[in-house]
Amino acid sequence: MSAAVEARDLAIGYPGRRVGAGISLGIRAGEVLCLLGPNGSGKTTLFKTLLGLLPPLAGEVRVLGEPVADWSRAAFARKVGYVPQAHAGIFPFTVEDIVLMGRAARIERFAAPSRHDREIAADCLAALGVDHLRTRIYTEISGGERQLTLIARALAQEPALLVMDEPTASLDFGNQIRVLDHIGRLRRRGIAVFMSTHQPEHALRVADRIALLAPGRLAGLGAPAEVATPDALAALYGVDAAAVAASLPAFSRFPQHRPERHAS
Amino acid sequence: MAEMASTRPAPATAPATVRTRWLVAPLLALAATLAALSFGRYPLPPWEPVRFLLAAAGFVSMEPDRYALLYNLIVEIRLPRVLAAILVGASLSVSGAAYQALFRNPLVSPGLLGVLAGASAGAALGILLEGHWLLVQTSAFVMGLAAVGIGVGIAHLFGGGSIIMLVLGGILSGALFTSLLTMVKYMADPYSQLPAIVYWLMGSLGQASIDDMAWAALPMLAGILMLCLMGRALDALSMGDDEARALGVPVTAVRLTTIAAATLISALTVSIAGMIGWIGLVVPHIARLLVGPGNARLLPAAASLGAAFLLFADGLARNLFATELPIGIVTELLGIPVFLLVLRRVRRGWT
Repeated sequence: MSAAVEARDLAIGYPGRRVGAGISLGIRAGEVLCLLGPNGSGKTTLFKTLLGLLPPLAGEVRVLGEPVADWSRAAFARKVGYVPQAHAGIFPFTVEDIVLMGRAARIERFAAPSRHDREIAADCLAALGVDHLRTRIYTEISGGERQLTLIARALAQEPALLVMDEPTASLDFGNQIRVLDHIGRLRRRGIAVFMSTHQPEHALRVADRIALLAPGRLAGLGAPAEVATPDALAALYGVDAAAVAASLPAFSRFPQHRPERHAS
Repeated sequence: MAEMASTRPAPATAPATVRTRWLVAPLLALAATLAALSFGRYPLPPWEPVRFLLAAAGFVSMEPDRYALLYNLIVEIRLPRVLAAILVGASLSVSGAAYQALFRNPLVSPGLLGVLAGASAGAALGILLEGHWLLVQTSAFVMGLAAVGIGVGIAHLFGGGSIIMLVLGGILSGALFTSLLTMVKYMADPYSQLPAIVYWLMGSLGQASIDDMAWAALPMLAGILMLCLMGRALDALSMGDDEARALGVPVTAVRLTTIAAATLISALTVSIAGMIGWIGLVVPHIARLLVGPGNARLLPAAASLGAAFLLFADGLARNLFATELPIGIVTELLGIPVFLLVLRRVRRGWT
């Protein structure tokens, strides 16, 4: 079976400004790949390139074995969900309206969402434990609630791959744990997850593999224990290895603390 | 369920009320149409237009004299004006609502990309050239399209067609055509042409003949329908380009279709009725209060409400004083207090 998403010798960036090059990685169904990297290393640029929102400067992106360039936006959206960082929005849509937008690629052009679409939207909200938000106004809920709403919207696309840009960034402690647990459940449902985070302990908690993105290149890719070492993180973020170990309690008991299932 | 209800805050817009509320706008438009056909220098009871319609269809009988009088009054005198008000009001409002979603800004109006500035300059040029009325209309329409073409061209040449470059392109092309208008005014004969240009720019529905309406109605209805069909795609676009693309919406195609349809119908409104301000900004907000922000409902509601609003404004323009006021003045005077009222309730969506 082909990888959910595969990047081959990818160069990313904008016309006239190359952000990174030589990036090769693949994510299989039911695998969680976490992307760690300092600010400005190109995490969002990499995501946009994988999502077909930015053309690659070189190399190729394949989703389910097909080059991204060959997909129509609607067909792509039926396979790949994108969870952006939460923003406030402008118009007072209800949370249900927002989640129903996730059904856009599965609804006939110009048609209205059916009862079935509404049920799926409700299920996605319930799966994240936020079904009570359904009739609330998106512009009025908290940042964490918005983030959960956007995850529900991506789930409503019924994707094979979820790309999540710092899904825990604006969440409180409880919601962070809830979202990480939910990512674990998505993995068990066979969904491939590619997420970025600024918190290595989150990556250590959910990831099957970790990718380190240094400015301009991929600095590491592999099992969490091999890749996210204090030394590697220290080099990646430009800080002292002892300081990394001290601020990450996971490292003191790292050999025992491994994801229950990790591929190869 | 009971305990959930106790912890759940009252929904701002219960789905059941929204489902019936969308009826309000078309009913208002229907009532305003009947009122507009009834009121005037020779007032009719509001059921007379209905009775006339039934008589024309052969369902009821009517004395030939009465029928002839009503035919003259309703079909020949009032109908062109009423049709113009409906089409112009609906076009400006639906374009405004679509632009507000497209540009993710509730303060945007249909003139954003320069269509109104271009059309005004075109009409003034037509008057300067002492052309037939048809020349004025054609030149207004063509230069309205040209202005948007230039704005969108600038955006695509210099900024890849992003939202901010579209707005800047619109500002540039609007400024270009506004200065062109000033130049035409300066060159115009100050005793005959200049007043004609100034009055024309104030807007009037009275210039529209039934023939004008006949050729303009089809493209306008098509444009309004096209925009209404864009509703769900515009919902996604209002979340941002990347998000909309990731949701499966072909962003560039939707954006260009929306701009093309809105430009077409806005330019036609100027050729029919001159400059009518504020309606494209205010009416979408009233419609949003009524049916919520979902564009699939909002755009048809804005179209109906815009028709009702302009019929009402035209009624005021015709009947308030012994002589007719330019409609543009009335929509502006009426639009400001309405907008203030709306602002008080709409703030929730603008945080």
